[in-house]
Amino acid sequence: MAKVFRPFHPKTAYVPEGTSPERRIAAKYSIRLWCVRWARLLEWLYNTFAEMLLGLHPLWNAIGYGRVERPMKFVERRVKEFMFDCRMCGQCVLSSTGMSCPMNCPKSLRNGPCGGVRADGNCEVEPDMPCVWVQAWEGSQRMRASDQILTVQKPVDQSLRETSAWLRSTAAKAAERRDAAEPAAGGEGTS
Amino acid sequence: MSAGGAPGAAPAAIPDGHSSRGRLEAILRRGEFAVTAELSPPDSADPEEVYELAKVFDGWVDGINATDGSGANCHMSSVGICALLTRVGYAPIMQISCRDRNRIAIQGDVLGAAAMGVQNILCLTGDGVQAGDQPGAKPVFDLDCMSLLETVRDMRENRRFLSGRPISTPPQVFIGGAINPFAPPYGFRPLRLKKKIEAGAQFVQSQYCYDIPMLETYMQRVRDLGLHEQCFILIGVGPLASARAAKWIRSNVPGVHIPDSVIDRLDGAEKQKAEGKKLCVELIQQIREIEGVAGIHLMAYRQEEAVAEIIETSGVLKDRKPWRPGDAT
Repeated sequence: MAKVFRPFHPKTAYVPEGTSPERRIAAKYSIRLWCVRWARLLEWLYNTFAEMLLGLHPLWNAIGYGRVERPMKFVERRVKEFMFDCRMCGQCVLSSTGMSCPMNCPKSLRNGPCGGVRADGNCEVEPDMPCVWVQAWEGSQRMRASDQILTVQKPVDQSLRETSAWLRSTAAKAAERRDAAEPAAGGEGTS
Repeated sequence: MSAGGAPGAAPAAIPDGHSSRGRLEAILRRGEFAVTAELSPPDSADPEEVYELAKVFDGWVDGINATDGSGANCHMSSVGICALLTRVGYAPIMQISCRDRNRIAIQGDVLGAAAMGVQNILCLTGDGVQAGDQPGAKPVFDLDCMSLLETVRDMRENRRFLSGRPISTPPQVFIGGAINPFAPPYGFRPLRLKKKIEAGAQFVQSQYCYDIPMLETYMQRVRDLGLHEQCFILIGVGPLASARAAKWIRSNVPGVHIPDSVIDRLDGAEKQKAEGKKLCVELIQQIREIEGVAGIHLMAYRQEEAVAEIIETSGVLKDRKPWRPGDAT
């Protein structure tokens, strides 16, 4: 429980408005909230887009994933920053979080809301921000894969920050598809 | 004898089906109604202060929570308090918050604590730094409570760090988490408990409960999901000192829900402090009757001396006498 203690601030000191330990990218949340409202549509859109990226796997492979990384990241960052206030954690879980980006949670929670959510559904740390996880729960209930929010997410791999999640998941899916096909071809030894 | 055992002595065997050698786990598994209490750590380096604080619980509680910078205020560390308490034989519940340390520090603390004889670990996310006396601090939040639960379980069960590197002697700890049935999104809260159980929680302690109907709704859903059979649920309670204090807590302490009816009742009472204790006793008695509740967790902040009286009046222990220093461990 918090103690009644007020740190000393000289009266003359200038404290900028909205001072906070977590500096927010944006003070407006309307686009972010719109995305949650349209979570089902975005889920379909993303799945279609991911299929397309996977279909283009031979192309990425030919150019080299390493070389595609920069232009892909350029596009991904702009699109997702605009829509979700994306923080480029590089391991996107929007499909499991109702299209509400969990990296916008001041506590970086990836597995659900903390106990501090206010009665009005706003954040404990940022009283003006709707709780990312209250939104995530609402968004997830609109989605086809509504139970994905129950998956226990691993901790963020900080070494993947500022990389393209789109490319990485495409490469992972391509490898999965190849591995699934390989045993039939009788591939022993190391892959 | 301390719970950690004398240097060189072989540790006692872990009972079948248990994760730890601890008394708290044994009491819960026996089906007894457990009582735990929270110790507010001192702002001091004097071990005697810790023992003084623990003494008020002697013979009344089955476990003592050592908070980890609760409310984002700096105090003596939970590892330090637990190490002191295990020397005497107490059963501390070490709280770990993800706010102040990254995964490397936390895993090291888990091993260190287990080596000092800590049998119970409570995995928490932690209050935001804005709530405390040092709002300029860097919030770490490298892990969240869920990945922390999974990490500690993995260390114990699979004898390895998060990286996969092996651990020769795993930390034999009883793992707990926290729940708050009184905060939105209400529909998700029981499912979040389910997630915590999947991640490794064996017991949970809740935020302060002042709203029995709300708790009953939550517990109904918990029972429908069968979660009360997979995890021991301890409900948090605490005496309110006055209507003014209640209002302050409601608006300043994150995640505490106090209905207006409670505040009105305190406001109308002649002796507010006594009424607060009476209310706490009544809440405990009502909570005990709810199916699926395994115990209570008393958080009597700055009223620790009232804990014994509240537990005795409520009669939850029946004839059971919890461990006190001097008893066999």
